[in-house]
Amino acid sequence: MSTATSRSFLEPHRIALIVISIGIIALAIFTMRWDWLPRHIPKLIDGIGMTLWLLVVTSIAGFLLAVPIGFTQAAGPWWLAAPARAFCTIIRGTPLLLQLWMLYFGLGSLFVFWPEIRETWMWPYLRTAWPYGVLALTASFAGYSGEVMRGAFAGVPKGELAAARAFGMHPFKIFHRIWLPRAIHRALPTISGETVLQLKATPLVATITVVDVYAVISKVRQETFLTYEPLLLLALIYIILAGILTLAFRWLESRVPTRGT
Amino acid sequence: MFEWLLNLADWHLLALNPPGWGGVLLKGLLASLQIAAGGYILGFLIGIAGASGKLYGGPIIRDILEVYTTLVRAIPELVLILLLFYAGTDAVNRLLGLGGFDPIDISGLVAGIFVIGVVQGAYQTEVIRGAIKAIPHGELEAARSYGMASLTILRRITIPAMLPFAIPGLANLWLIATKDTALLAVVGFSELTLVTRQSAGATKAYFLFFFAAGILYLLVTFFSNIVIRRIEKRARRGMREEAA
Repeated sequence: MSTATSRSFLEPHRIALIVISIGIIALAIFTMRWDWLPRHIPKLIDGIGMTLWLLVVTSIAGFLLAVPIGFTQAAGPWWLAAPARAFCTIIRGTPLLLQLWMLYFGLGSLFVFWPEIRETWMWPYLRTAWPYGVLALTASFAGYSGEVMRGAFAGVPKGELAAARAFGMHPFKIFHRIWLPRAIHRALPTISGETVLQLKATPLVATITVVDVYAVISKVRQETFLTYEPLLLLALIYIILAGILTLAFRWLESRVPTRGT
Repeated sequence: MFEWLLNLADWHLLALNPPGWGGVLLKGLLASLQIAAGGYILGFLIGIAGASGKLYGGPIIRDILEVYTTLVRAIPELVLILLLFYAGTDAVNRLLGLGGFDPIDISGLVAGIFVIGVVQGAYQTEVIRGAIKAIPHGELEAARSYGMASLTILRRITIPAMLPFAIPGLANLWLIATKDTALLAVVGFSELTLVTRQSAGATKAYFLFFFAAGILYLLVTFFSNIVIRRIEKRARRGMREEAA
């Protein structure tokens, strides 16, 4: 059993491991082919931008949906709770790739029967792929974090809500001053985990021709016939993004004041 | 009365025998379940070994396992699947080449199980590590004082005693494993999601097939939940009921 000692991060064995990993990285840099990299950097940056844009937009939109989905399940009437629960079950019970393909290929195939839609303002968007990606990723985030928010809303101590009522707060005020902030506070660590999962789900949109960083790397692999180098770079990019995301959430959590529970 | 339902879609397309595509879908489902089960079991073995290494291993093993679990959890499954799929088959053939054997074609099934197993192993390591830490320490000390060998302790005390704590997490990971198999569609393995897309593309009945596949996945989740509840009840027998 490891005890909580004040050992430093740089123990002797760890220095050895770090040296070995630097050696492996150096070997990768000098023995593998990286000459394709400079040419593709602008496209890679565009791809990373697309990935981040998808992550931010779908996480925020998904969370905004997750609040009512969770709240109706925790405290709503059955005719609102039942569809919310069904939505969560379906989203969490089927693979995201299947949902994405269903929206992209399925909806796309329906427009043939409805030619008038070509005249509307929506058509230029419906012809591109990214709205389907945004829709699928948003629904996915809403489904998973809706379940988290359900637990968080249900877990807010009843005494706090009773106290708010005793103060004569309007139900709406109770919700946005007490219930929602307390629930978000409780859910924040899980939501941060969900957001990392969302980052890892974004490359699926490359399968419906959205050009995110994964799609850029796939293109590079087709052009250069390299198997490993682009994939290793891609893995590194995702590791860095996931690291930044984790640090950002840790900072956010530290900003929320907690008093001993 | 149900005529509208009959007219809603061409249900003959789902017939089990050709020209229906139902049989193809079920075969895809079977492939998905095989990979999920194989990968899950492999992941469990990796998880037990990884958790033991993280808890009882030396400092080097612990650091290496930490790198493994961190990397797998930070890199998208899709990228890992591509990396492990090519790297795994490549490594096996290079080893065979060193031994003077001819390269072999590794079946998609084996490669898929390997890939899902490595991914599951990282997550299961964390779940099992937490569960082992939740075992009352006296139980393991008692086993040691009886003079049990460490493998006997693992088999007779640690694994049965940690299961009640690990089952919720492990059950969740099983559901994730069944859905992660869909990602193998991207490397061209004929599991449920890929055969669904192929049959949908061939017949142009996109919604029908994607709905059918979705229902198959939901059924897997549904029956898994029933079995999980049974296992959980059995593993928790003799334990105090938790309040709430």
